[in-house]
Amino acid sequence: MATETTGATASTCVVDGSAVGMPQLCFDWWPNQIFWLTVTLVVIFFVLSRIALPRIAAVLAERKGTITNDLAAAEDLKAKAVEAEEAYNKALADARAQAQEIIAEAKAEIQADLDDATAKADAEIAAKLAESEKKIAEIRESAMDSVKEVAKDTAKELVAAMGGKADGRTVTSAVNARMKG
Amino acid sequence: MATEAQGEEGGLVFHPMDQFIVKPLFGDGPVGLFTITNVTLWMAITVVAVIALMVLGTSGRATIPGRMQSIGELAYGFIYKMVEDVAGKDAVAFFPYIMTLFMFIVFANFLGLVPMSFTTTSHFAVTVLLALLVFVTVTVVGFVKNGAAFLGLFWVSSAPLALRPVLAVIEIISYFVRPVSHSIRLAGNLMAGHAVIKVFAGFAAIAAVSPLSVVAITAMYGLEVLVSFIQAYVFTILTCVYLKDALHPSH
Repeated sequence: MATETTGATASTCVVDGSAVGMPQLCFDWWPNQIFWLTVTLVVIFFVLSRIALPRIAAVLAERKGTITNDLAAAEDLKAKAVEAEEAYNKALADARAQAQEIIAEAKAEIQADLDDATAKADAEIAAKLAESEKKIAEIRESAMDSVKEVAKDTAKELVAAMGGKADGRTVTSAVNARMKG
Repeated sequence: MATEAQGEEGGLVFHPMDQFIVKPLFGDGPVGLFTITNVTLWMAITVVAVIALMVLGTSGRATIPGRMQSIGELAYGFIYKMVEDVAGKDAVAFFPYIMTLFMFIVFANFLGLVPMSFTTTSHFAVTVLLALLVFVTVTVVGFVKNGAAFLGLFWVSSAPLALRPVLAVIEIISYFVRPVSHSIRLAGNLMAGHAVIKVFAGFAAIAAVSPLSVVAITAMYGLEVLVSFIQAYVFTILTCVYLKDALHPSH
């Protein structure tokens, strides 16, 4: 509070605009500084304790709540995702099994058709074979007869040419015996 | 604040302490109790800065904070955790008080680093009041919470009986020295740093050493930025430590 007014410089601590010693130890200025510091601290204290700190505390609490909620929601969603994956896997397995079934069915059907066709073809081939064999036998038979005829005639002619008289029955039996042997 | 050093007639004149002069903002009168001085100005700027960060910065109340709000929340969390960890859970009631001290000191320190500014916390008047506030609070809280048991702080029951009176004397002396060291540490650090910067600035008047002087100022300035925060931190954590003694006086 106390200062004597000495002209231009208002304090004994300042001479010609320069500090004398440490200005910190100039007790003329202490009351002023202490007064304004008190005002400052009171203002800061009230601003902080009334407005700023409760607000920040509320924001922090809210954030904590939000984070907790979000984590819970994430946990939920994760469980749902696992469920969905299970369902998907199940559906996939089902589909695979069904596909396998269908393939097997189709294979069996095709096999049956194939077997049928094969049997039919076999039967046809067998029938044709039998017919052909029959024809061949017939041809062979007729060829045999012709050969017999020719052999008989030839034998008769030969016998006649050699001056003998061919007995038809003898020639025939001889040719038959030859043909069998 | 006006004078750096001027090379008057070849000689260097240093006035490193002029930056600490308290003077009226308006006119040249004496510095009375209510005079509006540069102290008033810079304390007002400190208050505005604190309000800007802690009130305007958090006015969005955003769940996802912006830059300003992040810093405000960081300061809140930093001091809150410090009070809780150092002084204990029951000291949380003193959190606004400790937050006030921290915010004032940290902002005053950093604002003091603005060129041509006035560093309020470099004055013993300021730091002594802050330290005495803490000292008185701690002592009053100690006696109110613990009664006469608070005196157990000075009676080291784990020491041999013969040593206890000696230790009690030492403890009492150290207890009363606390506000002295508490205040001088803060003001001394800031005053020394600012004065050293001014001295280096004085050397800049000599052309040959001025580059070196600029480098030295830059280095000192970096150091001062560090000191500004560390001293605010130290002041605050010591307050918490003293408060812990008051709340739990047993060693």
